[in-house]
Amino acid sequence: MSVALRILDDGAWLSVDDQRRVSVSELWRLDAPEFCDCDLVDFIAEGFTEVSADGREVAVTTYGKCIACGESGVPGRLPVGRIREGSYEGYDRQHVVLRPIERRG
Amino acid sequence: MPTDVERWKSEVYGNEIREHLFRFAEEGWESIPEDEHDAWFERFKWWGLYHQRNGQESYFMMRIGTPNGVLEPGQTEVVAEIADEYARGPETNPEFGDGYVDWTTRQSIQLHWIKLEDIPAIFEKLEANGLSTQQACGDSWRNIVGNPMAGKAPEFVDALPVIEELNETFKGNEDHANLPRKWKVSVTGSPDGSGQGDINDLALEPASKEIDGEEVRGFNVRVGGGLSRNEPRLARDIDVFVRPENAVEVAGGISALFREHGDREDRYNARIKFLVDEWGPEKLRRVLQEDFVDFELESAGEDIREQYTYNAGGEEHGDLIGVHEQRDGNYYVGLNVLVGRMGADDTLELARLAEEYGSGEVRISQRQNVMITDVPEADLDDLLDEPLLEDYSPDPHPFMRGSVACTGTEFCSLSIVETKNRQVRYARWLKENVDLPEGVEDFHIHLSGCTASCAQPQIADISLRGMKTRKDGEPVEALDIGLGGGLGENPQFADWVGQRVPADEVPGAIENLLATFEDNREGSETFREFIARHDEEELEEFIEPEETSYEDPYMHNTKMTWYPYAEDDDMDASPAPTDGDGNSIVADD
Ligand code: HEM
Ligand code: SF4
Ligand SMILES: [Zn+2]
Repeated sequence: MSVALRILDDGAWLSVDDQRRVSVSELWRLDAPEFCDCDLVDFIAEGFTEVSADGREVAVTTYGKCIACGESGVPGRLPVGRIREGSYEGYDRQHVVLRPIERRG
Repeated sequence: MPTDVERWKSEVYGNEIREHLFRFAEEGWESIPEDEHDAWFERFKWWGLYHQRNGQESYFMMRIGTPNGVLEPGQTEVVAEIADEYARGPETNPEFGDGYVDWTTRQSIQLHWIKLEDIPAIFEKLEANGLSTQQACGDSWRNIVGNPMAGKAPEFVDALPVIEELNETFKGNEDHANLPRKWKVSVTGSPDGSGQGDINDLALEPASKEIDGEEVRGFNVRVGGGLSRNEPRLARDIDVFVRPENAVEVAGGISALFREHGDREDRYNARIKFLVDEWGPEKLRRVLQEDFVDFELESAGEDIREQYTYNAGGEEHGDLIGVHEQRDGNYYVGLNVLVGRMGADDTLELARLAEEYGSGEVRISQRQNVMITDVPEADLDDLLDEPLLEDYSPDPHPFMRGSVACTGTEFCSLSIVETKNRQVRYARWLKENVDLPEGVEDFHIHLSGCTASCAQPQIADISLRGMKTRKDGEPVEALDIGLGGGLGENPQFADWVGQRVPADEVPGAIENLLATFEDNREGSETFREFIARHDEEELEEFIEPEETSYEDPYMHNTKMTWYPYAEDDDMDASPAPTDGDGNSIVADD
């Protein structure tokens, strides 16, 4: 069964199967040393531009800012949850460190 | 590949959405198929309905479009009654209670907590009284704005008949119902620049032109303004003069050009401002002439932009607050509505005052305020003595008068911070604690919850927009602070010189900034002049955040709550979605 993934309202939220799952204004810790000089990026999500599913993992290309140093931009495709047996499970994004898919090599 | 939104629009869009909407309303919230929620909520916008944010499922914001902000006699009462009966949510707002009306920055009306099941009854009542939500949101002609006193206050050219004709032609017009993105139009006839044309997709601005030896008054055309997405643009001059009688054809031509050439592949790039970036005004004019109008366009006429005083940095308010004479010798009285929100009872009382002292008409400004029109001179004193005017003053303190705030985390899915209640608290604190420098009577502070810029922060003296930061290790709501914005002959967008200031330190920052201004002011220089003669680095130094006696109850991440002011604000405590009677519907999973 395929899962409908889309970004709506000018990048305000990620919809998975017509349910709002991730919203702008969340704060995430990122392991993305190319983005800024902070040890862990202290990232506020300001807008989503794309969503992708790599295997079972759902990732959103996100525009935002490091609230510690002020660097802004797109750190990459950030994994926010996964698809398991056809349904979506969001990661505990407030408590884990997210690593952009691009960094996984 | 077309976007999902374009695919949905190609299936069902425009007027026909209504029959589906009514069917769902009849059958109840749960009749909307679960896998079609996104599609239907996107479509409902065309009928003025925005699904409220996360945690408030099944509740809608409803926008009523009032062309040029004109509420005809009787209509204000209808709006008040609808707000009273239908715009009541499961919780109350500590500043505004329950059942309130928002007067918006585009001269529209917003109601919140609307239930799907009530929509047919609301539409029936609105339409029986000449009001409508059609195209109030969505990808089409939005509410047309201008100087709210068009037709009554002095004008260089009459704008209201043009606005009415455009509205009649393009509301519900199938050829213009499905545009690549929203289409915002401003038509101004008054000489002060108060239509805010510069920040609209299409602006008609007063101008004159000598044609066959005769002076003709009409409009110059500008295209591609807008504030959203961190990409503010001023509308650009396309070197076209249009006579009032040709306005429909030219505006329709430009809207058709947008329909055909706007970017439907990428919604971020869809607004016409990006097409103007890409093409330049010359190409836009050429394509318009070749493919979209049937007569020879005139080149631009002589504009009167040097006369623009509205939000031009001087001491003229231009906001129409207070008592002003109309062309016909009657008066209008502009009342300040702090952050544009008015309870249903007060709105009903406003309607009564308009009936009793004026013609019954009320008008809405782009500063979220209202005007009672057509008051005979002899009745002015009695009107000014009415108790309602104590709360909605015709002579407000500059900090109250200059406050504009968008919807924010209370209802809006894009928002990053709480806005309206916070701006109310800012304004009160500043009024109590900060003296404005000598002679400064006009001072605008606009707060937007995100970069969409609904509160138009980039054209205020102090521009505020939502951010987050950490304070003592904890994430808190914060604001970026911008300076240098304003309209007038030479409009300017603010530079964002203060970053991530914790929201409770913003009033202190404003206090310090005003003190810096007072200490370093040259002569009677205005605030805007003072800011303009400093460079970005100097301005950054002027931002000195500081804790003060101001207290902010919304420092926590209000977006993570289901409703920021609820006793138990945890997302899991949300009653939504609810049925037509407001009872929680238990989710299947
Ligand atoms: C995709 C989602 C949204 C976007 C991109 C958006 C963007 C905008 C923009 C750019 C403006 C006009 C600013 C200008 O004059 O240039 C505006 C107006 C406004 N929006 Fe939104 N907005 C969105 C959703 C919402 C929601 C969900 C609400 C409230 C529930 C809301 C409330 C307002 C208000 C109060 C105004 C000013 C009044 C008006 O247009 O008549 N917005 N919006
Ligand atoms: S500026 Fe942003 S937060 Fe405020 S109402 Fe507009 S979209 Fe919502
Ligand atoms: Zn950083």
